[in-house]
Amino acid sequence: MLLEYAAIAAFIFVTILVGFIAIILGMLFGPKKSTDVKAMPYESGMNPIGPGTRRMPVRFYLIAVLFILFDIETVFLLPWAIVFRKLGVFGLVEMAVFIAILLVGYIYAWKKGALEWD
Amino acid sequence: MTQSDLITILPLLALVVWACALLLVDLFIPKGRKGWTALLAAAGLALTMGLTLAQAGREASGFGGMLRLDGFSTFLNVLFLGSGLLGVAVAYGYLKRMDLERGEFYSLLLFSITGMMLMAQAADLIVIFLALELLSIPLYVLAAFARPRADSEEAGLKYFLLGAFSTGFVVYGITLVFGATGTTSLAKIVEVLAAGSLGTGSLLLTIGAALILVGFSFKVAAVPFHMWTPDVYQGAPTPVTAFMSVGAKAAGFAALMRIFVMAFPSLSADLTPVLWALAALTMFIGNIIAISQTNIKRMLAYSSIAHAGYILMALVAYGNPAVAADSVASALFYLVAYAVTSFGAWSVVMSLEKPDAKGLEINDFAGLGRRNPLLAAAMTIFMLSFTGMPPTLGLVGKFFLFRTAIEGGFIGLAIIGVLTSLISAYYYLRVVVTMYMREGEPQAEGEYWLTFTTVVTALATVVLQFLPAALFALAAGAVLK
Amino acid sequence: MNFGSIPLTYYLVLSAALFTMGALGVLIRRNALIIFMSVELMLNAANLAFVAFARQYGVFTGQLFVFFVMTVAAAEVAVGLALIVAIFRTKHSIDVDQMSSLKG
Repeated sequence: MLLEYAAIAAFIFVTILVGFIAIILGMLFGPKKSTDVKAMPYESGMNPIGPGTRRMPVRFYLIAVLFILFDIETVFLLPWAIVFRKLGVFGLVEMAVFIAILLVGYIYAWKKGALEWD
Repeated sequence: MTQSDLITILPLLALVVWACALLLVDLFIPKGRKGWTALLAAAGLALTMGLTLAQAGREASGFGGMLRLDGFSTFLNVLFLGSGLLGVAVAYGYLKRMDLERGEFYSLLLFSITGMMLMAQAADLIVIFLALELLSIPLYVLAAFARPRADSEEAGLKYFLLGAFSTGFVVYGITLVFGATGTTSLAKIVEVLAAGSLGTGSLLLTIGAALILVGFSFKVAAVPFHMWTPDVYQGAPTPVTAFMSVGAKAAGFAALMRIFVMAFPSLSADLTPVLWALAALTMFIGNIIAISQTNIKRMLAYSSIAHAGYILMALVAYGNPAVAADSVASALFYLVAYAVTSFGAWSVVMSLEKPDAKGLEINDFAGLGRRNPLLAAAMTIFMLSFTGMPPTLGLVGKFFLFRTAIEGGFIGLAIIGVLTSLISAYYYLRVVVTMYMREGEPQAEGEYWLTFTTVVTALATVVLQFLPAALFALAAGAVLK
Repeated sequence: MNFGSIPLTYYLVLSAALFTMGALGVLIRRNALIIFMSVELMLNAANLAFVAFARQYGVFTGQLFVFFVMTVAAAEVAVGLALIVAIFRTKHSIDVDQMSSLKG
């Protein structure tokens, strides 16, 4: 059964080999001359200003964290939607409760000002 | 949802709704009047306690057997709610004094207790996982509650990283158990094991059970999975530490007992030597390292590790069917004794703590016997109870534990227990000696609720030892069948 | 597509490898964020094994469990990132070896 994958393995091997050959040939025969222009991050376009790692406002992290939370919780909506007709009113109420709990968190974040940008 | 479902989760439901409501209500309580939040949190806990007690003696099973209401869960839920009430009582003044007054503290506390109660009621590995996370995640936040104090933040992050790591073990363990048996329900696992047709699956099962044991050993702070405990206990705000040392530990043991007593009785032959080593190491190392501590919070942290070892001793004795019921009962009894004593000791520590983590050296207790005889007497009682000396509840607790171990044929372990208790006398009594024999001018806080907690726990430690039979009968009634 | 020909063992070996990588990562790496990512790797290794087992047994409990693990892990991520951001603001570092204000 492993033999079925032999073709894929051979393919991967050849791909890696070709990549290596290209790089090694370039290293051996290519001219090596470093100029100021070449050392710049972008050869064309704007000259970079300041250090590369800039500090991000912490707001981004806050929004990202909130996004992760509310985004992932929707995963429960999917299986619920599939069996929605079978569950009937009970399922609807259950989901309403679930959303209500999420809403508590949302209202909390809102009132605490986590959603304000300034 | 059937009626049985509702009965099973009624106290849980009440507490969850209350906690959510409290989170919202607190938004409208102005800063400086957070006493209302504390009061509301206490009311919610008292209400839940009332519901739990009203259901005492009742047995029900809900949600397709995922949750259970039985003597075991009632007993532990009362313990969790009681420690929650004491937690609110000691936290109110402390947060004010340390300038940490934020209402979220109480909501997080309530959520964590919900997780603990869910843990005590869980009868399915999925629910155990959910309960573990529900109790842990609020505790991660609470440990870092004294933000932006660096030591509290570090405590939070350390607890978080180690906690998440241990969760990984629990989840993988659950996966392997599921792989071996094809179910996550504890009751069905028992059926599959009884049928005895696992084949190669039995290896998976053993590895799975071992991984779950490792995960929960982190939670109850058993050696060698205890590294986080001293740092986290020291860095976290003291009320959180007190609550953690009681609630989180008891919840961890609740899960261990549910899983290993209910689902894997047939594994106990394989696991007994492992548990034996774990218990012996924990008692030994916890007590030895505690000797060299100069900070009272770290000393109590190592003491808390050592006590996890004593409770593990009961789980070892479970390996002998003749004393199985007694071993669970004595573990529950010891949990109560430890909870009362530990909360009391931490409340005395809080009385002497000054802002910026000052006043936490054992030397800062010098002269307390003269300056504040009441507080010193209470601390003496707690130290005696930790050691297991009369006239305290700790003695009775240790008596039951050692008796179970000896009757179960684990005499070596009982001897280690007695020897390490003797070692522990050295560092516990050093606190007493410091308080009475050395000169100093400690300034103790006289907050009403803090003093109240100290007095109540001290009285309980002394008075409850006079009715050990009644308390043990309660614990025995809570034994899993 | 038909994956029917891939035996359970392959999934389990992959999952065990992922889990080991995660556990080693937690023990070896010193950056809090990377430790945290290693923990996530451990959880996802468990998820993979769970789905594989669930398919083997033909029950849905396994997939359900994976949903729970994913959502709870998200909650954990939120708390963890918040803690890491808070600690970075105080100490300007998230190297766990530099967290030494708690040594006794």
